[in-house]
Amino acid sequence: MNCRSEVLEVTVEGRQVDEAMLALLHTILLHRSTGKFHYKKEGTYSIGTVGTQDIDCDFIDFTFVRVTSDELDRVIRKAVGEFKDALSNSGSDGMGQISLEFYQKKKSRWPFSDECIPWEVWSIKVNVVNLANEQERQICREKVGEKLGEKVINIVEVINRHEYLPKMPTQSEVDNVFDTSLKDVQPYLYKITYQITDSLGTSVSTTMRRLIKDTLAL
Amino acid sequence: MDNDLSPQDKKDLDKFIKFFALKTVQVIVQARLGEKICTRSSSSPTGSDWFNLAIKDIPEVTHEAKKALAGQLPSIGRSMCVEISLKTSEGDSMELETWCLEMNEKCDKDIKVSYTVYNRLSLLLKSLLAITRVTPAYKLSRKQGHDYVILYRIYFGEVQMAGLGEGFQTVRVGVVGTPIGTITLSCAYRTNLAFMSTRCRDSQFERTAPIMGIIIDHFVERPFGNVGHMHPCNYRAPGEEEGGAYAGVEDSQEVCTTSFSTSPPSQLYSSRLSYQPPTLGAADLCHPATCSAAHPHQMAVPGKEGGVPQVPMQPYHGAQAEHGRRPSCPSSDTAHHIPATPSSSGEDAETCSRSSDLKSASPSDTLETTFTRKVGAFVNKPTTQVTTASLDLPFAAFAPRAYDLEENDPMVHPPDSPATSSPLQGSLHSQGSSETGEQAQEDFVMVDFKPAFSKDDLLPMDLGTFYREFQNPPQLASLTIDVSAQSMAEDLDSLPEKLALYEKNIDEFDAFVETLQ
Repeated sequence: MNCRSEVLEVTVEGRQVDEAMLALLHTILLHRSTGKFHYKKEGTYSIGTVGTQDIDCDFIDFTFVRVTSDELDRVIRKAVGEFKDALSNSGSDGMGQISLEFYQKKKSRWPFSDECIPWEVWSIKVNVVNLANEQERQICREKVGEKLGEKVINIVEVINRHEYLPKMPTQSEVDNVFDTSLKDVQPYLYKITYQITDSLGTSVSTTMRRLIKDTLAL
Repeated sequence: MDNDLSPQDKKDLDKFIKFFALKTVQVIVQARLGEKICTRSSSSPTGSDWFNLAIKDIPEVTHEAKKALAGQLPSIGRSMCVEISLKTSEGDSMELETWCLEMNEKCDKDIKVSYTVYNRLSLLLKSLLAITRVTPAYKLSRKQGHDYVILYRIYFGEVQMAGLGEGFQTVRVGVVGTPIGTITLSCAYRTNLAFMSTRCRDSQFERTAPIMGIIIDHFVERPFGNVGHMHPCNYRAPGEEEGGAYAGVEDSQEVCTTSFSTSPPSQLYSSRLSYQPPTLGAADLCHPATCSAAHPHQMAVPGKEGGVPQVPMQPYHGAQAEHGRRPSCPSSDTAHHIPATPSSSGEDAETCSRSSDLKSASPSDTLETTFTRKVGAFVNKPTTQVTTASLDLPFAAFAPRAYDLEENDPMVHPPDSPATSSPLQGSLHSQGSSETGEQAQEDFVMVDFKPAFSKDDLLPMDLGTFYREFQNPPQLASLTIDVSAQSMAEDLDSLPEKLALYEKNIDEFDAFVETLQ
C-alpha cells in the first residue's frame, strides 16, 4: 500500500520545543493506541481500557490529552529530549524535523530479516526562534497555543478519514502490528526519528538518525 | 434497509449509537468542568468500558442526557446537541459552543457493525477528547469560579446556532459511516467574545478573550439556583438538583433487563465536581456481548474487576478482520444482578480498589462515588492534577474534607480565643484583684500548664510553677481598701506626734547620717 504521509509545521521558542512536540506526538499516539489485547481460546480476544489524562503545558497556553501510560510517556519524552538536544547543539538557526512512523513488520524467510513497512508517517517540522523580551514571549505563548490547537484539529481530520489501518492480527501476528511491550496500552508499532537541518537548508548534510524503538529490526 | 442488517447487528448498532451519544455528552461536560481529567488505563480486559475508553459517567449528566434523548436515538433531522454557555454572577449569559451529534442518510452498507463501527466510534471519542481541549471555551472553563460559571444544556432536534453570534467557527470532529446512516460530530463555537456586562476589569481575561468583561463581585451564595434548563458544569449539593434522586438506574433498567454494577474501578477523578448522593449502578456493558439475558449494566465508573466475565470479541481467524459469529456470553453474566434497590446503596465513596471482585455480593455497595460539589468559589486552590493511580481512600478522604472547607469558610469562623488568658487579665486589675484573681483561677483550672521552652524536670521550682505563683502576688497593704479609707485622717492627726518624736531623737538621726558618709 502507499504510505500515508502528513507534515505539520510549527514555529516555537526554544523552551517550548519539548512541550510542543509532546503535545503533537501524544495526540497522534492517543488515536493510534488501543488497550492491551488478551487473546483467549477460540481465537477471540478482548481489549483492555485506555485511560486519558490532561496535561497542561508550562510554556505554552495549551492543554493536550494523552493516554495514561507512564511508560509510553517516558519513551516519548526521551525521544523529544534527544531531538531538543540535537537542535540546540546544531548551532544553526534551529530547524529540524521529528518523525513518527507507524509500521508493520513482515516476516521474511531466512536469511532475510523482517521487513518494516510503514503505513503512516507524521513529520513535524520545527523552527526555533529566539525572542528578545518578556512581552514577545507572552505573545508567543498564546500564539503557539493557538497554532497547536490548529495542528490538533489537522491531526484529527486526517485520522478521521479512516484510511488504511492494519488488520487486526491473530495472536501469533500481534507483534507484527502492535507494540506489546508496554503494560497498560498497546500502540501500533512505531518509531521516532529526527533530522536536523543545517543552516544551508539541506536536510541531509547533518542527519542524525536515531532509532528509539527497540523493536525495530534492521 | 433493515433487511441488509441482521437483527442482532441492528440491535448492537442502536446500542452503540446510544452509548456513543451518552459518552459524547460526558466527555463534553467533563471537559468544561474546569479541571484536568485523568483516568487510568487498565490492561486487563474488563469488557465493561464502552469503546475501550476510560470515560467516567457523572450520573446527573447521564440523567440529563437520557432525559433529552427520551428513549430515542439521534437520527436524520433529530440531532443531539450539547450547548455550552457562560453565565456571569450578574446574570448575563452567553452561548459559547454547540456540539452536535448528527445522523445523515448516507449509509455504508458494507461496514461491519460490531467491529469497524465500534472501533471508529472509539476513535471518534478520542478525537472528541482532543478537540474539547482546543476550542476557546476550554480555557474559559478552566478559569471559571467567582466571576462566572459554565453551564450546559442538552437538547434534541434541530441545531440552534443563532446564539453564537456572528462569525462563529465550526470544527468537525469526525464522521463514522454505519449501515443506517453516517454519524457526524461537530462543534460550532463563538469567536466574538464581546460581552454585555458593563464592567470590564480583570487582567485574567486580557489574554484569552479580548473584550470579555469580568465581574469582580465575590458572591458566596449560589446565584445560579434558577438556571432553569441550564445546568452548571460545576455545582453544589445534589439536593438542589431538579432531578432529585438519580433515577438513572430505574431508567436503565427499563432498557436492559439485567444490571449489575462492576466493582470499583481503577479510575478515580480529580474533579472538583463532587456531590454526595449515591451513584447509581448503571452504565451499560460496552461490549457487543450477546448475553442471553440482555446486556448487563455496569457501574457508573467502570473499571477493572476481577470477576467480570470475559466478553469476547468476534473470533478472528487468520489475519482477516472479518468478524465471524459472535460467541455467546458465558452464563455467569446473567448471574450478576444489581440489588433490587440500587439507589439505596447510600452515600458511597468511590474506592479504587482494583481487587474488587465482581462476584462479591451487593456490588453496588462496593462502587461508591463520593463527589463533593463546590460552588464557584474554589479558586484559591491551585488546580493540581490528581492522578488516579492508587487513590481510593486517600482521595475519598480529601473530598469531603475539601467540601467541608468550602462549606464552612474558615475565614468566617475565627478560632475561639483561648480561655486561659483571663486569669492573667484578672491579676492585672488593682481593685480587688486578689479576689478576682482567685476567682479567675477557680473558674479556669489550668491543668498541666506547660510554658513554652521550659523543661519541667530540672528544678522543683520550674517555670510553670514560678509563673503560676507570681501570677497572683499578694496585694500591697497600702492598696487594700480597708486601710485607705481611714489612713488619711489618721495620718494627719498623727503627724504632730511623729514630728515631736523625731525632734527628740534628732541627735540619733544626725549620728546615723554621719555614719553613712
